Order: sequence, then structure tokens, then C-alpha cells
Amino acid sequence: MSTLPTAAGTPATPGAKAQVVEASPAQYLTFQLGGEMFAVGILNIKEIIEYGTVTEIPMVPPFIRGVINLRGAVVPVIDLASRFGGKRSEISRRTCIVIIELSENDERQDVGVVVDAVSEVLEIPASEIEPPPSFGARIRADFIRGMGKVNGRFVIILEVAKVLSVDEIASLSQLATESVADSQAGAVAQD
Amino acid sequence: MDELKQVFLQESNEQLDALEALLLELEARPDDETTLNGIFRAAHTIKGAAGMVECAAVESFAHVVENVLDRLRNHEIAVSTELAALMLACTDQLRVLVADEAGVADVAAEEIQARTAALLARLGEYGPAAVGGQVSASPKASEPGVQRIPARHAGHTCWHISVRFGPDVLRQGMDPENFLRFLETVGNIRHIETLADGMPAAEAMDPELCYLGFEIALESAADKQAIEDVFAFVRDECRLAILPPDSKVGDYLKLIDSLPEDSLRLGEILVRVGALTADELAEGLRAQATPASADSAPEGTPIGEILVARQVVQPEIVAAAVAKQTQVSEKKAHDAKLIRVPADKLDHLINLVGELVIAGAATSLLAHTRRDGELIESSSLLTRLVEEIRDASLQLRTVQIGETFNRFQRLVRDACKDLGKDVELVISGGETELDKSIVEKIGDPLMHLVRNSLDHGIEAPAVREAAGKSPRGTLSLNAYHDAGNIVIEVADDGAGLNRERILAKAVERGLVEPDVHLSDREVYDLIFAPGLSTAEQVTNLSGRGVGMDVVRRNLQALRGTINVDSHPGQGTRLTLRLPLTLAIIDGFLVVSANRSYVIPLDAVVECIERPVTEHDRNYFNLRGQVLPAVCLRESFKLPGERPARESVVVVQYAGQRAGIVVDRLAGELQAVIKPLGAIFRHLQGIGGSTILGSGEVALILDISALIKISGQAEQRLLARPEQRNA
Repeated sequence: MSTLPTAAGTPATPGAKAQVVEASPAQYLTFQLGGEMFAVGILNIKEIIEYGTVTEIPMVPPFIRGVINLRGAVVPVIDLASRFGGKRSEISRRTCIVIIELSENDERQDVGVVVDAVSEVLEIPASEIEPPPSFGARIRADFIRGMGKVNGRFVIILEVAKVLSVDEIASLSQLATESVADSQAGAVAQD
Repeated sequence: MDELKQVFLQESNEQLDALEALLLELEARPDDETTLNGIFRAAHTIKGAAGMVECAAVESFAHVVENVLDRLRNHEIAVSTELAALMLACTDQLRVLVADEAGVADVAAEEIQARTAALLARLGEYGPAAVGGQVSASPKASEPGVQRIPARHAGHTCWHISVRFGPDVLRQGMDPENFLRFLETVGNIRHIETLADGMPAAEAMDPELCYLGFEIALESAADKQAIEDVFAFVRDECRLAILPPDSKVGDYLKLIDSLPEDSLRLGEILVRVGALTADELAEGLRAQATPASADSAPEGTPIGEILVARQVVQPEIVAAAVAKQTQVSEKKAHDAKLIRVPADKLDHLINLVGELVIAGAATSLLAHTRRDGELIESSSLLTRLVEEIRDASLQLRTVQIGETFNRFQRLVRDACKDLGKDVELVISGGETELDKSIVEKIGDPLMHLVRNSLDHGIEAPAVREAAGKSPRGTLSLNAYHDAGNIVIEVADDGAGLNRERILAKAVERGLVEPDVHLSDREVYDLIFAPGLSTAEQVTNLSGRGVGMDVVRRNLQALRGTINVDSHPGQGTRLTLRLPLTLAIIDGFLVVSANRSYVIPLDAVVECIERPVTEHDRNYFNLRGQVLPAVCLRESFKLPGERPARESVVVVQYAGQRAGIVVDRLAGELQAVIKPLGAIFRHLQGIGGSTILGSGEVALILDISALIKISGQAEQRLLARPEQRNA
């Protein structure tokens, strides 16, 4: 705040201050996923770890890759590419898990997301963020918070609360459990 | 709320719980002295605590209650149903007053005052003024079978007076000394003993309060009334007991019992009661100190025995005094054994123990891979100790379910009065232990079930008699352990569930199609559907149709289940199953397709090799019995081919056996349960996860759900023949 360019001698009015806060550039972590660049607000991110042993969970939708042991805590891992409706990410040397802290219904929950590669932390001023396109981004519109302009390219800034909505994922996995039970019955019939 | 108030609130509620339980007990056995004393003690403690936090409303109300109880204890008034009901109402009112003091009452202040006034008026009927005339009933001449203490010396034909002056005596302008002088006008004080036991330390002493009591031996020809009249001015402020000369042994015993002073030395008690003189005591003490002397009593012989041996006192008196001493010391020991610990400290400890278990497993794994004999030995010792620490610390958090069960005594009693029914509550398995966090959450669901049984289950006495049953209904609460679970049963011998009525209601509410055929079990399960109540009338107990669905939801949140079993005319049994603990379990590690799974060890019965000849079937011949089996590879859709040799873990759950087919067995382990989180809350067949020594996450199987979903899947399939043919 001390670096604010205010008129000499005149203290900034509260209104002016608020404006400045809004315009102050926020930091975003950018990462690669299926050749596309995405960004997530850095305040939600706890840490970034290498892709390691993930324990699969049976009878859940494919976008839930499983759970990992994060220093004694069991943390679910979501495959972001699959969550957006595409194929599961291929695991490569640069694949990472980004641990994101969510708070939904007053409960804190850590969730890991699989990304192809982490790029860098960028400052994107609010003036450089455009509203999301109504269609054409190939992912659900409510997953997008905005389109950030970086070096003349657009990066998709994700709405983490929507993408990783615990309630939605839980109900999706309930559906998956039931359909698995049904297809399992089919398997029994073939025997 | 400041700390002191918080402690007061907590302790008062504990005392009120105890008071309520004892009052119910008293109602059943009106002449039980121990219960009566317990009631008095609880009321007294509440009053004292209220005084400490300067809560006048509670203190003054408790004081009036205590007065009535005191009269009850002194047999001045008799226990009656009305009195017991009044006392229970007073208990409730105290609870409200305490809550009000803490600022958490849910009743308006005027309402509280109105209730207090009403209760005080009713209590007044039992107060000292109303029945004052009965106080001085003199002892009956002689009762057969009760022996009198024979006068040992000529001078022992004394009245014995035991008096404790109340603290406010001085403030009211009365001097204890005056009463003693006045006493001399009716007789000759042979011996007087001043009791200053109630005197606090100098800095805590209030010079305006009286802390004194006296034990007096009075030689007098006056009658009891005359002696009592001496104390007439302070009658309401002091505790007075007068024993006539040549009193019955029993009277002395009672007096010893009623003495408020703690841990009095046996000899002193006897002297104060006047059953023996100080000289006799001194003689007895000398004999104890020098065993080699005349009577050569063995060293360390209790003073009581010496006195009895010397025929100085009657054995009965010594026995009573000893009993009182033992009681006092036992009570002290019991108090010392309890430590109040905040629950979050225990939770933290258990989390740490969990980490310790995981770290220990990692070390032991390392020792085995290094093939270092000494390291293996030391790590196995460590593992054993960690296991013991784990069990001990989990034990810290377990409580007996009996306390929760006992709370229902009151509910059943009140509900019976309201509904005009006669129901006996039978409690068994109250000593069954389970995790405190579960106990706290099970109270509400249990209350719903008990209310339902009382309201809908058990019929009115007339209806029961007409059906050829005893007019008194039975409601039983039972708890026991089964395969790593705790089972709680709520059973009644009432009318049972009405199948037709449930079905009709369900159709009316559109829960089921009118012409669909349902099994008994499926119909009974409908009672858990939201909005379904079969009660014809909505009572204040139940019948609003919320309840059973809430019960089921609460239980599911605890990973528990509920089952109904009902027979028309014979009754209904509800069976609740809950996990024993939410923290650490003994597990059995199995591997399928290189993935590790943990089966709770309590559920495992045996392990067998999968018979090769029965490779493609999901049931086996286990020593002549059919054993249905779940194949993990199939159920979880695991990749890869089935190995040539597979193992079957035979598990038992709710009296049902099943096999679980896995690739291989990997032995026992301690599993620290890590919840999978909200994302997986609908996941069935998996109860949680744990971290292995290698750092890998292993899933813990929920055996009951796994078996259930396998069964359901098959049933669903059989219900749709077209898919089967496809």
C-alpha cells in the first residue's frame, strides 16, 4: 500500500483505496493440461508434489484417481482432464499433484488434482481478466472464473469451488456406485 | 461464562442426574437408607456448589428441597408416590435454575419464577412447620428382638444429645453457650465434647458464622420433650438428635451413620456417641500400643477389636463405626481415582498414538528388509509396547453404555404416567463399553426408539389383559459386542408392527405402488421412510412421522445400521449395530491385484484355500455347509487375471457367514482408521482407509456393506429377467 501513487500531500480516500485493492494484481499458479494452459488462484494452493503411489478406490467415477498418503493424512486425488470430460491424463515424468485446500459448508478438505506440468506463478491484474465465453472453451462454463490475458494468450482461470465441489463429486460417485453394482450383477449373470 | 460457573454447571448436572436416578430407585424401594442418604448428599452438594458461585436462586430452592429430604431421612415423613413425583419435579426445576444461571435456559425468566413459587408451595406441605408435632415421638418401650445396651456403670443412665449448630445461629443473635447453660436447668451435664471439625482454615473462616457442634451426656429426670424444648429457638437452624438413657443398640448405630464428620477416628466416634468413656478409650489405646502387656493383643489389632475383646463396647457398635470409617475412606479413594480431562486432549493423544503405530510399522518393516536380527528383536518389543499403549489409550475414551440406558428410567416412568400404561424397563449389558464419541451421539436416536415403543408398541393394560398378556408391559434395552461392533437392542412385548396399516399409509403417501408385493422385512423397513407414522393420534411423545428417518440418518452418520424384527401380538425388536471405535482397529491384510485391503480382524473366522474344483462359482462347500462368497476382483473390477491359487477369508457378521476371495493373505496389522472424507461418503463396501508401514494407503473393507451390495446386485438382476437373457 505504501507504494500507492497518490496525489502528493492528499491522503487516499477510502473509495480510492478500495479501487486500488481491486485492481491490485492477484497471483495465479499456471499449469498445463492436455496442451491447454490453466490457472488457479494461489491462495487455495497448499503444495505441489510429484505424482507418486495413488491407491485406487473401487466403484467411483473415473475422474477420481484414488487417494494418497500426504504425511499421514489420506487425501483424494482428482484427474482434472477426466473431470472436464476428456480422457485421463497420461502419467509422465512431469506429472504433478497440486494439493488444493477447499472449505465447503465450514469443513476444510484437502484435494489433490493431477496436472500434466506446473508452469509458473503469474500476477494477473484484474483489468487483464475477461469474462468467460458462453461456449467454446470445451469445459463447463461454471468451472471458469475468467479468462486471463498473459503475453497475448488466454489462460483459463478455474473456479476451484465448482470444479472440486465435494457435494457434486460425492453425488456423482454415488451414481457410479449404483451403476457398478448393476453391471456387477450383469457379470454374475454371465457366469 | 467464567470458568467457575462452567464447572458449577457441569457438576450440578452430574449431581442432578444422580439425584434423579436415586429418586427413581427410592420410588421402587421406599425404605432403602442408602438411597435416601445418597439423595440427601446430592441435594446438599448442589446447594453447596450454588453457594460457592453465589447463585442464590439455586441455593435457596435447594435448601428447601434439602429440608424436606432431611425430614424424609429422619423418618419424620414417609416416602409416597406424590412426594417422589414432587421431588422429581424439583429436580427438573433445579436443572432449569442451573441452566438459567449459566444463561442457557430455554424457559422465560417469569415462567421459571412461577414454577419455583408453585413448587415451593407444594414443598411447604412437607416442611417442618406442618408436621412439627410428630418430631418428638418418644421411642417405644421395648421391641422384641432388639437388644438394649445394658448399663455398665451406675452413672451411665445418661441422655445422649448430639447437636450441630447451623452456620447462621450467631447472626440470628443466638449464642450456643446460652443453650448449654439452659440445658443445665433440666439436668446435669456429665460430659461434653466440642466438635470443631466444620471449622475451616483461619483465612477462610467467617467470624460471623458458627461452625460448632456438641456431643453431650446429660443426666436428667426430664422427658425428651423438655430437653428438646431447650433447643426450641434454634430447632430449624440446627441438627439435633436425642437418645434416651439405655438406648437400643440400633439407635446408636443410626446416630453414628448420621454423623456428618468425615474420617473420625473410631475411638473418638465412640466417645462422642457416649457408648464408652474417654477412660475406656485411653485404656484401649494403651493396649493397642503395647501388645506385650496384660491382654497381649497381637500387634496392629484394630482398636475396635481390642475394645470388644475387653468387653468395653458392644460388637455391633464397633461394626457400625468401622463401616462408617470404611465408607469414608472408600469414598475418598474413589474420588481420588477420577481425573477430569478435556476430551480434546484425549483426542490429541489418540491421534499421536495413531501416528506412533504407523511409524512403528514402518520401523518393523525396515528391520525385516535389513534382515538384522537384533533390530528385529528390539522392534518387535517396541511393537508389543505400542500395541499396549494403543489399547490403553483407546480404553481412556471408552465409557459404559449403562449411564445412557439409565437415563431412560425417568422417560419410561413419566411416559407411563402420561399414557396410563404400566411398563417395566429392563436393562441388561449396561457394562458394555464403547467410544465416548459414539455414546454421545446415540442418546437421541435411542430416545426416539424408546418413545416409539412406549407410545405405539406397548398397549394399554386393559388391551393387554384382553389379549391374554400380563397387564405390565416390558421394554428391554440390551447391549453386547459382536464381531467388532456393538449391538444395542430395544425390544418391547407390545402389539408388534401392523403390516396392513404401514402398507396402507405408505400407499397413501405414494411411497409404494398399491399392488406391489412386498416381503415382511421390506414393509417393516418402510417405517424408516420420512413422513410415515402409523399412529392414529399425534401425541406429545411421538406420532409426527419425523423420528424414524432421523434415527436411521443419525445411525448412518456413525456408520451404523438398524434392523426391525416384529411379530404381531408379540412385540418388536429394533437392533442397532455400531462400530466399536472410530480410531484404531486390529486388521487382517489381504492383497488382490497388488492392492492391499484390510478386513477388521474381529470379523475374520478362518482362512482357507479356494478349492480348485469350485473355481467359477461364488459359493463353496465349507465342511458340508454352503458358504456364499464375494470375489474382490469381481466386486471391485480389479484389472489382471485371477491367479491359479486364491485364498478365501471366512468372515462372520450378524450371525451370517460369508467368504471373501482374495489373491493372497498378508497377515495381521494394526490399522489406524483414516476417514476417506466427504467425497466418498456414499461409497459402500469401504469403511475407511489406513496407512501401511510402507506408506501405501490401504482400504478397510466394510464387510456388512460389501455382502449387502453383492446380495442386492444379484437380487436386482434376478428381478429383471430380460437382462438375464440378454
